[in-house]
Amino acid sequence: MNIQTITQINSFLAAFVLLTAFGMLAQKKINSLIHLFTWQGLFLSINTAIVGYVAGRHHLYISSVLTLALKVILLPYILHLLIARLKIRKDVETIVNIPATMLIGIALVIFSYHLTAPVRELSTFITRSTLAIALATVMIGLLMMITRKHAVTQIIGFLAMENGLFFAATSATYGMPLVVELGVALDVLIAAFIFGMFFFQIHTTFDSLDVDQMARLKEES
Amino acid sequence: MAGFIIEILQIALVIGLAPIFAGWVKMLKCWSQGRSSPSILQPYRNLLKLFSKDIILAENASWIFRFTPYLVFGTGVLVSAIIPLLSTDLPLALTADVIVLVSLFAIARFFTALAGMDIGTAFGGMGSSREMMIASISEPAMLMAIFTVSLSCGSTSLSRIVEVIYSPASVIKPSLAFAFIAFVLITLAETGRVPVDNPATHLELTMVHEAMILEYSGRHLALIEWAGMMKLFLFISLGVALFAPVGIAVSTNPAGIPLAFVYLSLKLGFSGIVIVLIETGLAKMRLFRLTEFLGAAFLMATLGMLSFFMLE
Amino acid sequence: MIQLTLTPLNLASFAIILLLAQTAIASILRKNERLMVPVCFALSSAASFAATAAGVWTVGLGSSSSAVMALGLPGLPFHLRLDPLSGYFLGLIGLLSFFVSIYSIGYVKGFIGHRPIARLCIFYGLFIAGMFMVVLADDALFFLISWETMAAASYFLVMFEDERVENRRAAFLYIVVAHVGAVAILLAFGVMAGLATGFDNFSGFTFDAMRQADFPPEWATVAFLLAFFGFGAKAGIVPMHVWLPEAHPVAPSNVSALMSGVMLKTAVYGILRVTFDLIKIIPWWWGALVLALGIISALMGILYAMMEKDLKRLLAYSSVENIGIIMIGVGMAMVFKSFGQGIFAALALIAALYHAVNHAMFKGLLFMGAGAVLHATHERNMEEMGGLIHKMPWTAALFLIGCVSISALPPFNGFVSEWLTFQAFLLSPALPSPLMKLLMPLGAALLALTAALAAACFVKAFGVTFLGNWRGRHRTQVQETCWPIRIAMGMAATSCLLLGILPTVFIDWMDVIAEQLTGGKLATSAGAVGWMWLTPIAPERASYSGLVVFSGILAVYAIVYIILHVNPGKIRRGHVWDCGFEKLTNRMQYNAISFSMPIRRIFGFLFNIKEEVRLVPQQAHSAFPQKLIYSLRIRDRFWNWIYKPVADASFWLSRRVGRLQQGRINTYLIYSFVTIILLLLFVR
Repeated sequence: MNIQTITQINSFLAAFVLLTAFGMLAQKKINSLIHLFTWQGLFLSINTAIVGYVAGRHHLYISSVLTLALKVILLPYILHLLIARLKIRKDVETIVNIPATMLIGIALVIFSYHLTAPVRELSTFITRSTLAIALATVMIGLLMMITRKHAVTQIIGFLAMENGLFFAATSATYGMPLVVELGVALDVLIAAFIFGMFFFQIHTTFDSLDVDQMARLKEES
Repeated sequence: MAGFIIEILQIALVIGLAPIFAGWVKMLKCWSQGRSSPSILQPYRNLLKLFSKDIILAENASWIFRFTPYLVFGTGVLVSAIIPLLSTDLPLALTADVIVLVSLFAIARFFTALAGMDIGTAFGGMGSSREMMIASISEPAMLMAIFTVSLSCGSTSLSRIVEVIYSPASVIKPSLAFAFIAFVLITLAETGRVPVDNPATHLELTMVHEAMILEYSGRHLALIEWAGMMKLFLFISLGVALFAPVGIAVSTNPAGIPLAFVYLSLKLGFSGIVIVLIETGLAKMRLFRLTEFLGAAFLMATLGMLSFFMLE
Repeated sequence: MIQLTLTPLNLASFAIILLLAQTAIASILRKNERLMVPVCFALSSAASFAATAAGVWTVGLGSSSSAVMALGLPGLPFHLRLDPLSGYFLGLIGLLSFFVSIYSIGYVKGFIGHRPIARLCIFYGLFIAGMFMVVLADDALFFLISWETMAAASYFLVMFEDERVENRRAAFLYIVVAHVGAVAILLAFGVMAGLATGFDNFSGFTFDAMRQADFPPEWATVAFLLAFFGFGAKAGIVPMHVWLPEAHPVAPSNVSALMSGVMLKTAVYGILRVTFDLIKIIPWWWGALVLALGIISALMGILYAMMEKDLKRLLAYSSVENIGIIMIGVGMAMVFKSFGQGIFAALALIAALYHAVNHAMFKGLLFMGAGAVLHATHERNMEEMGGLIHKMPWTAALFLIGCVSISALPPFNGFVSEWLTFQAFLLSPALPSPLMKLLMPLGAALLALTAALAAACFVKAFGVTFLGNWRGRHRTQVQETCWPIRIAMGMAATSCLLLGILPTVFIDWMDVIAEQLTGGKLATSAGAVGWMWLTPIAPERASYSGLVVFSGILAVYAIVYIILHVNPGKIRRGHVWDCGFEKLTNRMQYNAISFSMPIRRIFGFLFNIKEEVRLVPQQAHSAFPQKLIYSLRIRDRFWNWIYKPVADASFWLSRRVGRLQQGRINTYLIYSFVTIILLLLFVR
């Protein structure tokens, strides 16, 4: 494969990652949301492998496999399981309506493009142009956490944000050192478990996963 | 001179083949639903029947009502002289670039909507109101998709776009992929296909385009129907020219024309299958869910444009 | 010694003198109204024609001429100057005033016997003269005097039918906003004059001195922002637009046509004069600001227009939209110029100028049409109209041309300028700033949305007013309008068509303005393939031929018509099918409110909407309501966001200041005493 083809595949995958991020913003059903998250993980994993190939960093293959195992197989499985167990409602409840969220999302993409402009000029990596998209994915993940009421959608937002960070690391510096990545992966996994346990607790306490309920925890003033 | 012959050939092709294409889509749809289908030539028979009938005109129909069918047909013919179906060597191609093309469809829509309001029935007004609402969202989305393509080709002239995309140096770009998805969604909306409008229904709550032309009869109706078929044909040809121009003759060599024709037929036949798959797979949407559908198209086009600047 | 040679400047001055003569004659002939109307408006049309000729001539010559009058302040006589930019606007204002003056001969006749019209004739002449002087002025003082003449005259014209409270309110709002704007303009000129020569003498107030001066960037920014605010308030740029839909519709329709069509353009002229000519060095973010506000104005303007059911208010809001489109072009020209891309800046500027003249033509035409309808039906509410195409075929056809033009549909003129604006948008990859590169095409998408909504809006305006059946409760006798009205509208419609199909000729003529202001030349590339095809930048980049589109559609129409009429089937007229129910009534038609309902639902969050449906139950059975009352109130959110707080604050302040007023003479004397002491301290 020549370098041009790889750049092209890379930008396609970046575009797909962005598309799935927007898809998650637009999605109204939790199940589809998890599917989209799975797809995002898959694109990320493929992208990591390709970047590993072109940059000759073989530890990226390990990251790629790790991403595949964790974000494409394990986490979606856990989330599906969680939803099935808790019998929660399948609709995503939003605080801001979806078209407005989308517009904010587009603004975030433009903003991150503006932010990463200096990096793009300095960097010589073939992946430099995807950095803006990586940053945008992080921000869209955060946006999703902000604008969704449901705890499950919030954790998906969190995971999408982590996807973005991972993507940013791959495109800006061809990946973090393997130890760091392993650590992060472990963190994410543990975070997911802890979230899962919290869900059970929240659910049993409030009989709902709506995070607005948690406002009841604060002292009456 | 050769250019003008191709021009006339193209116009004849669109006028002649549009009913066949409509028949083809109908046939596929029947098959996919397990019904036996009418002949592929049925649209011709319908048109002939309509042309030979007398006209019943509402008492208060004004000249706008009678003028509109000819105008709609006329814009269809003009557009078919501009889109490079067979060759990019069209003398009239200079007349209109792709933005003008969108506006030509818009002028046909403008007058159809007026004709819908001319009689003063509730149906007509309802159709016009809905049509203009759909158009006011789908048109910007369409222009956005087209702008993405024009930015990456550095031109809004259709012939030029075909030549650039067709050139061996060009590669598949994410922006074009997004723009393509957006374009497909908009084609469904603009030509009144299923998730947006159902061309086969006369149910008051769902009809949009049919409601506007409800009062037409005879040759007026025939012209409008024919123009509708041409519009579907032209939109797909436009999509083909923008996103898959393989086979369109880019040189002045007339030998390329038959080959271009073969390619065009294949691509149209294939697009028919895609349309039918989408139509059978989806249900007609509620009117106010259309904003989501068209919003998705707009988002796709915007993402296409963003990725043009960010990734290319 | 005045030498009376025929120069453009002399011709323009002659036009102004003619208009002043008109005001004099109007006051002399006030007793004989039947004679006054034709004489006055014949004079003003002659004057407008002279001004148009002067403007066209100046732009054609491409050079400027100036003169100094022996009037004005000591040390600052009035300076006049006619360069291509002012010539262009002079021609534009003159052309529409010419049409409208002919129109007025027929229109104002309708007022005879109902109310005294001498006032209308006097201020009409002053108003046009004021607009001519604004574009001719070459020093800040004369400019402001002309500006105020224009504002004051139009204030009295808005007040023409002053027996209604809402008219007086509208006029008051108008004069307040106009003066806030004028103060800002005055300050802007003050800043520039001060920087040009200092405040020792008045010579800094001539535009020539400002042209020569080198402004430090921060002060230039202050001047620009003040000027943009001031002119923006006049132009009706969102959020300074609220006076516009109040004041324009209540004026007599000939005045509305002038206010919407050309008075707003004087503000555009002011912005162009200050930025491109006087300050000259433009940072890119000024352009971005103008562009952003332009886009917002365009979109909000047309959405508000869509919601209206009052025909003239609809047209007024649509003026906000069109000013927005002009500002988009101006903004882009500024951005391109700041990055040194002369030819692209020229394209954007020509798009803006082109739209300025287009808007003058079609908005003038539409307001004239609305006036004709108003005269015939005594109704501004579209809900009470319908089916007028049968009664007023001429007006309907001409109004339709205006609607098609303003909806940016080929082959008419609105399309050409929007197309040029789109082309300018698509040149954004040439910009060095990555952010602007990315943001500008998104603006193009919003412009496309605006254009599509405009089409929807004018389908509604034409469809509800002229098509269908009469909706009104009482039947009024509607008649076609008289010939002067038809001729004026016909001329405006013809210019819409000509501007649409002959853009290359027109651009070739006006190219000199773009060349002087931006340094780029467009004509050579725009007419590269011949006069029939408009090809800005390069033929392989984009091309358009309105003439071919027009003749193509006509040709196909003719051919199909002939083929089908070789052996035509019969045409029978019949009742509309009523689905087997009782007879259809005219109240069952779609009306303005129902037509815009889908769009109201989608974009509703932008408005302050109060919708109420009430059932009046029948005595016999509650399941069958006797009638259904529907009420809808749509308000501008900007009113509550910006104007109400300002108004409240000024009332609050006034009440505080009002406490100074005690009614005791001793207290007042103390005030004077304290003031004198303070002043003495100050000047010591």
